[in-house]
Amino acid sequence: MTARLWSIAGAAAVLVLLVALPAFLREYSVALATKMLIFALFAMSLDLLLGYTGLASLGHAAYFGVAAYTVALLVVRGGVTSGLAFPAALAAAALTGAVFAPLALRARGSYFLMITFALSQVVWSVAFGWRTLTNGDDGIPDVVRPNFGFSLDSTASFYYFTLAVVGIATLALVAIVKSPFGRALRGIRESESRMQALGFDVWRYQYVAFVLSAAFAGVAGALYAYYNHFVGPEYLYVIQSAEALIMVILGGAGTLIGPAIGAGLIVFLEDFISSITQHWVLVLGIIYVLVTLFAPRGLTGLVNDIRRRRSAK
Amino acid sequence: MTALTIDNVSKNFGGVAALSGVSLGIEPGERRVLLGPNGAGKTTLFHTISGNVAPSAGRIALFGDDITRLRPDRRAQLGLARTFQITNLFPRLTVLDSVLLALDGASGGGMRLIHSPSRDRDMDAQARRLLERWGLAEASSRIVRTLSYGEQRQLEIALALAGKPRLLLLDEPTAGLSPAETRRVVAMVHELPRDMTIVMIEHDMDVAFELADRIAVMHLGRLIAEGDQAAIRSNQQVTDIYLGAE
Repeated sequence: MTARLWSIAGAAAVLVLLVALPAFLREYSVALATKMLIFALFAMSLDLLLGYTGLASLGHAAYFGVAAYTVALLVVRGGVTSGLAFPAALAAAALTGAVFAPLALRARGSYFLMITFALSQVVWSVAFGWRTLTNGDDGIPDVVRPNFGFSLDSTASFYYFTLAVVGIATLALVAIVKSPFGRALRGIRESESRMQALGFDVWRYQYVAFVLSAAFAGVAGALYAYYNHFVGPEYLYVIQSAEALIMVILGGAGTLIGPAIGAGLIVFLEDFISSITQHWVLVLGIIYVLVTLFAPRGLTGLVNDIRRRRSAK
Repeated sequence: MTALTIDNVSKNFGGVAALSGVSLGIEPGERRVLLGPNGAGKTTLFHTISGNVAPSAGRIALFGDDITRLRPDRRAQLGLARTFQITNLFPRLTVLDSVLLALDGASGGGMRLIHSPSRDRDMDAQARRLLERWGLAEASSRIVRTLSYGEQRQLEIALALAGKPRLLLLDEPTAGLSPAETRRVVAMVHELPRDMTIVMIEHDMDVAFELADRIAVMHLGRLIAEGDQAAIRSNQQVTDIYLGAE
């Protein structure tokens, strides 16, 4: 029970810190924190699939990007300035997941990885090639933020909007992970054949996990389109998918807090290192190698190991 | 009505016949042991019964229902449970969570995304009773990976029993166990309700003869003998196989 109290106290402290953040940070840093929150949600959405269900996807940018493009097209081409573009984007991401899942779920392991990768590249090539709709490589600018009776144009107001959306999504993810459904996903990660023998329709669970994961990625993607006032095909590109994977692995797959921290770290490092050198992707690769070599279960795994070693002494 | 009917089941892996025309009928409540040397096809037969391997030919019926083409989870819903020869558990979950999963599966395996506190309490109590009964109560919060081999084998059986199956398949439940652990497993099986039908692969002759009502002997993918203890003990072909005098 004390452990539970500690985690509640910890969550409360983090929440207070997040709410107070704009008061003592420069505008640039508030914007960076907003981006961290968005990618924390993106990484957590992938973790539902990778860490909980045991399915490593290298195509998660597809759902993120489809949602972002849905927002951009509705706002810029459709003139939808209300918040309606948001649920539409979520639905589009979930629908893409619902269509891709049966194809990807025919395979496991590295084959699953390759199929999800290939599917996301298909979406990327559509965004890249269909110039009349998407402007191709130039992307779609002027994605105006919605107005809910109050403006989201200031950095601080959009930060709070993002905090609220990511907060609600995180609560939903926590509930899913802790539910009997979440327990079944972990069981599937550990042994599909045992779960089948116990009477679980494993495929159906994986399918629902896939679609949920895509929907949450879509929430992140929609936020990111508003955040940048822009979408481009790089939102859908494999680098974006790989970055999400590294966020999850760096933080520690199979926990929600790990990927969120991993995402925050990667976003921060990207910003910091990009101001020094153009070779961010190279640095990202080095981070990945170091994590796999020295902390294969991510930062949360590392912390747990150190704690266990201390208590063993 | 027979509990399990295996009608002329064959299975070829490439050119190798793992099962050739095996037919068996198991009565409700019967305790049947499958004997046979390594490579006899016993585990393959189990896999065809549980749905992990599709037979190349033949038909399998569970309490009158044809299950030959059903997925493993559908068969589980019809009251079939099994253990695995090579321990197949959830290494990184706790013992309690493993049993809760088994109970979830038994109650239909439906998706529940929302907690129901009363239901959770109910399931928790059920799981703890089950663990108590199988001597794993103290291990309930341990991670499965950290259990001893003997405890893991016990958990295998406890998981299979969580759903109160009508037909239980035990694949070498005592393999690799110490004599004391073997005795405990034998006692566990003895305590099971008599209306539960059990088919068991067993290499330990003492265990086989103690638990079995009837015994079926397999060799090279074929059923070569069937009968009670006395019949099997006096069967010349069985003696030959087990003494290697062919």
